[in-house]
Formats: sequence, C-alpha cells, structure tokens
Amino acid sequence: MIQYFKNIYSAIATIFIGMKITFKHLFVPAVTIQYPDVKPKLPDRERNRLYVNFDDCIGCDQCARACPVECITVDTVKGLPTEDLGKTSQGKKKALWVTSFTIDFAKCCYCQLCVFPCPTECIYMTDIYEFSEYERSNLIYNFSILTPKEAEEKKANYARFEAEKAAEKAAKAAAATPPANASKEQ
Amino acid sequence: MTYDFFSKLFGSDLIAALIQSLLPLFIFILPYALFAVWWERKVSAHMQDRLGPMRVGWHGALQTIADILKLFQKEDIVASSIDKPLFNIAPVLMFVGTYAAFAAIPFSSVFIGSNLDLGVFFIVAVSGFSVAAILMAGWASDNKYSLIGAMRSAAQIISYEIPTILVIITIVMVTGTLNLTTLSEMQTGHFWNWMILGGPGSSLSKFLLIPSMILGFGIIYISTLAEVNRTPFDIPEAESELVAGYHTEYSGMKFAMFFLAEYANMLAVSSVVAALFFGGYQSPCGYLGNLIGLKWLIPIEQIFWFTAKGLFFVFVQMWLRWTLPRLRVDQLMNTCWKYLIPLAFVNLIIIGLITLI
Repeated sequence: MIQYFKNIYSAIATIFIGMKITFKHLFVPAVTIQYPDVKPKLPDRERNRLYVNFDDCIGCDQCARACPVECITVDTVKGLPTEDLGKTSQGKKKALWVTSFTIDFAKCCYCQLCVFPCPTECIYMTDIYEFSEYERSNLIYNFSILTPKEAEEKKANYARFEAEKAAEKAAKAAAATPPANASKEQ
Repeated sequence: MTYDFFSKLFGSDLIAALIQSLLPLFIFILPYALFAVWWERKVSAHMQDRLGPMRVGWHGALQTIADILKLFQKEDIVASSIDKPLFNIAPVLMFVGTYAAFAAIPFSSVFIGSNLDLGVFFIVAVSGFSVAAILMAGWASDNKYSLIGAMRSAAQIISYEIPTILVIITIVMVTGTLNLTTLSEMQTGHFWNWMILGGPGSSLSKFLLIPSMILGFGIIYISTLAEVNRTPFDIPEAESELVAGYHTEYSGMKFAMFFLAEYANMLAVSSVVAALFFGGYQSPCGYLGNLIGLKWLIPIEQIFWFTAKGLFFVFVQMWLRWTLPRLRVDQLMNTCWKYLIPLAFVNLIIIGLITLI
C-alpha cells in the first residue's frame, strides 16, 4: 500500500522534473544554423573546389600524375623558340603552351594530392563547396586561357616547326651522306 | 443569442441555424488548427534547441498553409483491398465527433452552439464517436498496423473514459448542473470562484473541496490526454511501432481530416477541462468592460479568456508530449485501472461526503 502511494508520488515528481527541463530548453538559443542564409565557418585547411591560377601554370603535368582518380587532364604543346610565353610570378620562364587543362569535379575526391607537387603553387583548394549542377558535363571545368582556336593554332605551329626541323635534319643528313660514302670507297 | 441575431437578420431560421453551426468551424477551429500545428512544431523545436519552420512567412507562420496546399494537391491513394465505404466515412466521422463536441462548449456568454441542459453529458457521448471512427479506419484499411492501432485506441479511449466521467460526476455533484453555460456562469467573478479552488461561496466545504478538486483536475487532465491519443498515451499511432497507426493508409485530404480532428480534439478537451475547473470563459480578474462601462466589450473579453485558457492547456499537452516517453500498453492500462480509477472513486466518495455537510 505504501509502495502504491510512493509510485504515485514518484510518477508526479518525475513528470514535473522532466517538464522543468523541457521548459528551460524552450528558452535556450537554438543551435540551428540557417544554412543558405548563414554559413558555418569552415576550418582553415578545408578542402573544397580546386582552382588553377593559370598565369602561373607551366604545364608540367605533375598534378595530373599525382591525381589518384585521374580527373585532371593536361595537354601541352611546346612553344616555338621565337615565341615569348611569359613568366610565372616566381620569374620562371614558361616553355609550354597549355592547350587544355580540365578538372572533372564529378570525379574529384578532394584529396589535395595534386596541390603539393605543383612547382609554382598555382593549383590550390578554395572555400567554395556549392557548385552542384544538373548536367554532369557541367562539372568538367576548363582552366585553360587559350581558346580552342588558339590551341589549334599553337599545335599547328609546333607541328609545322617540327616538320621544318625534320626536313632540315633530313636535308643535312642528305648533304652529309655522300662524303661518308666516298670515304668508304677510298 | 447569436442565433437570435442571425434569425432576425435573415428572417429565416434555417439560414440562421446554418450560419450558427458553421461559425465555430470557420472563426475558431480552422484558424486554431492552422495555428496549433505551427505552434506545436515551434514548441517542439525550441524544446529540442532547434528552430522549427522558419522559411514561410514570419518564423514559418504560414508553413501550415503551405502544407495544406500540398495536401490538396496530393493523390488520394486508395488501395485495392480496402473496404471503400468505411474507409471514406471514417475521417469524416472522426471530425464529426470532434466538431459535435464544440456544439455544447460555451465560447462566451453570448456564443454557444447549443445551450444544452445535458451539455457535459453530450460532450462525453459524442466524443465516443471517435472510437467508432478510429475502428472503422483501422478495419477498413486492411493493414495489420492500422488494425493494431485501432484496437489499441479503442481499448485506450474506452478505459480512460471511466476516470473522465467519474471526475465529471464529482463536478456535477458539487454544482448540481450538467449545463456548461450555467457551470461557467457559477464561476464568475474572480479566480477564487473557479471550481479548482472549490467553486463559488466562502463556506467551509469550499476549502475542504480544494485538495479533491486539484486531484480531480489531475485525473481528468491525464485521462483526456489519453482520450485524444497524445503522447505519452499515443500508442494508437506510435510511429516507431505502427508506422502511423490507424491513419497509415490515408493520404491527401483524408489524412488532413484526421490531423484536423486530432488538433480540434485537443482544443475540445482542453476547453471542457477549462470550463469544468477554470471558469470556462470567465475572466480571472474581473472585466474591463464592467470597469469602463462598455457592456459590449464583455463577450469579446470572454472569447479572449476562453481562447487563452484553451490554448494554455493545449500548450501543456504539447509540453507533455515533448517531455514524456510513450507508455507501453500494459503501463497504460495500469495507469488507468490501478491508479486513476481507484483515485477517482476515492475522490468521488470524499466529494460526496463534503457536499453532504
């Protein structure tokens, strides 16, 4: 019988304890972050979308080779000796035209492995993480500053240069061969 | 009084009756339901240190309207094996039972749907409608979870009706009336005339009644909470066990009817408790209308006090919902049969003896 009243007492008392706690929490400021309006502060070394500062890119292809998922593709073509390709911000002379530099962010795993090998520190992580797209093809970013037409032109230039060089070499070889034959006969 | 006004205005009893019967729905229950759904979400969110709906309107105030629009557009899914007539009637009947209860609830001294002499009795009787509706919904759905939910609900509501009625009998013994308007009028004046503090007058029996009345209020509040299937007594629609209980198979506007009925039911039992123990529409501290001599202000103040009391008890129901875990079926039956009913009987005997003095 005593237990019966103890039960009633403990039930009522614990209900009031619980109600007190929930009532207190009614006035505790919410921890919710109103996401699209208010953005949480990310840590300093967060890894998000990559960016390539193309002025500094020398087309060394090291980032593409470091990439574990092969999402970076770099196409380069040698510049002609007569052309001035400009310098990087560290004063290095560029030797290659980077005809295309694409990163497929649908494949990218944000491992940051491409950032470390870069000799000119031109590829790095930004703090942009909202870049969803309706088309998967829109996630392929092209960082090259050359237009496709220019790229074709550079390729053609170099092909012509190579061809000229080869022709020159062949001509040289042709000129050099007869004396060699003659010496053999002697 | 509003009925007389409308019948004079339109010269037809039929139109007046129609308007009178629709008034509580459109000026009271629908706005209340829109408000209460939003409010419940806000209360629950803030109790859990969240924010709740924030994007539609000021602090998400129009969220319920957006949800209603969404429910309107939803497909009315009717599974092939269900019992169609019962399935379609159930949500309507559910709301009818709730809405009929509002007919006898006095919103203010001039506005009551029907001034029944058996008001309290009528409310207890029609609230039994919801058992039938829930059973119909559970049975017609042809779904084991719905049926289990409906069975639990029937057992629960029938069990908890007993302590409710036993407490109502104590009030009837003290006041000698079942008419809610008369009951509210008796508790006029200040808050010390409320039934929770022993009712009007200043005799010895008034002070003797106070502990019994507080006990009675506790019992009726718990048992009405169980009757409207709210947490901690929400086993008929226990989400973690029964999907959604008896309304699992319902979608679109039929689901909305159940939802509306649930919230209207909360208000109905809250206002009955307020009318029985807390003076109904009476102000706790006198009327401003009396003070400055504007008689027409009094009914408006009464509506305000009625709404305030009703909403306060609805808030306490929400508060309990987000505080207490759900009871198991056996615990639920224990609470009712082993604790509430014996206590209600003891309370009945004590109050009976006090009224004899």
